Amino acid sequence: MLEFLTQYPLLAALLAMVGLGAGFGAVLGFAAVRFKTEGNPIADQINELLPQTQCGQCGYPGCRPYAEAIAGAGEAINKCPPGGEAGIKALAALLDMEVIPLDAEHDGEKVKAVAFIREAECIGCTKCIQACPVDAILGAAKQMHTVIASECTGCDLCVEPCPVDCIEMIAAPPSVQTWHWPLPDPTSREPQIIASDALPAQDRAA
Amino acid sequence: MLADYSILLIGAILVNNFVLVQFLGLCPFMGVSNKLESAMGMAMATTFVLTLASACSNLVYQFLLLPLGLGYLKTIAFILVIAAVVQFTEMVVRKTSPLLYRVLGIYLPLITVNCAVLGVALLNVGKDHNFLQSLFYGFGAAVGFSLVLVLFAAMRERLNVADVPEPFKGPALGMVTAGLMSLAFMGFAGLV
Repeated sequence: MLEFLTQYPLLAALLAMVGLGAGFGAVLGFAAVRFKTEGNPIADQINELLPQTQCGQCGYPGCRPYAEAIAGAGEAINKCPPGGEAGIKALAALLDMEVIPLDAEHDGEKVKAVAFIREAECIGCTKCIQACPVDAILGAAKQMHTVIASECTGCDLCVEPCPVDCIEMIAAPPSVQTWHWPLPDPTSREPQIIASDALPAQDRAA
Repeated sequence: MLADYSILLIGAILVNNFVLVQFLGLCPFMGVSNKLESAMGMAMATTFVLTLASACSNLVYQFLLLPLGLGYLKTIAFILVIAAVVQFTEMVVRKTSPLLYRVLGIYLPLITVNCAVLGVALLNVGKDHNFLQSLFYGFGAAVGFSLVLVLFAAMRERLNVADVPEPFKGPALGMVTAGLMSLAFMGFAGLV
């Protein structure tokens, strides 16, 4: 066999290269099956960082499609107002990108708010229930509705459809995650070094 | 025996460093050195590919090309070997570390055309290395590449925040730094 091949170097070269290609092809084919990746693992990780409000303010139908757009199509990471700056920072760290400010289109990071239904005015039309992406509004047709505050993500999608405008967004009470030290009161910073200055006037006169 | 291999290793890592002394594989050296983390990922991927490709191409040369008298086909055959190994690495990285896969991006498939990889395979043939020597030489080259890539990335991270004159910012400073590093590595000449 070997002598035959060395007699015909052209044939030997052809066979060697075809054999090499076929061999590596087989190994790679096996590896492709063995190391198959299901779905897009990076999209899963992005999806976990998104706030899951499903509010659609990014222009995608929900958090998962936005995560897939970031992972696949290289969509900008600054289109999620509910996630805010903290969300952008987490995404930037995950994807090894620069932190960029929130998209101008979605500007003005809002204070975390929850929807509040003025129940006396509610006519029970269920329009806000249909609009709510996280099923945080409780109620039935012609019955008064109310918001489950712990479920509300503050996306304000329910404000628009209300025919009697009885839904308002109120600032959420600070939680352990959102609480900050209050800023120092500027008047308390004026130094009062001289003790008698602090005394009432008539004391000084006496 | 042991001394031979350690000399081979040190020679490949320091004295004949593939990037700074032989100027092979400069593309990832400049391209992936902006961040230390991605540089480390690239270093590991290249180490894997270089070692494996060096050993595989030695096997192909010794047991396929030489017996058939096809030594002249070595360049094409080695490119085939390297491409297959890189493809394999890409699959493994994609499965094991999707983040690294994303960070490395186009530079991962570009290891295929990293001239250091083909350079090592061809130098192995030129120096008549046997299988074990090829393995060590490939590994040494890879460690040398990783070493300078990580050092360079660390320096560039520091230089990014340094106050340098405007025209020197970015790639220009990178080139100057690379030149100075190369100068330093030339100092190893004559060690082995």
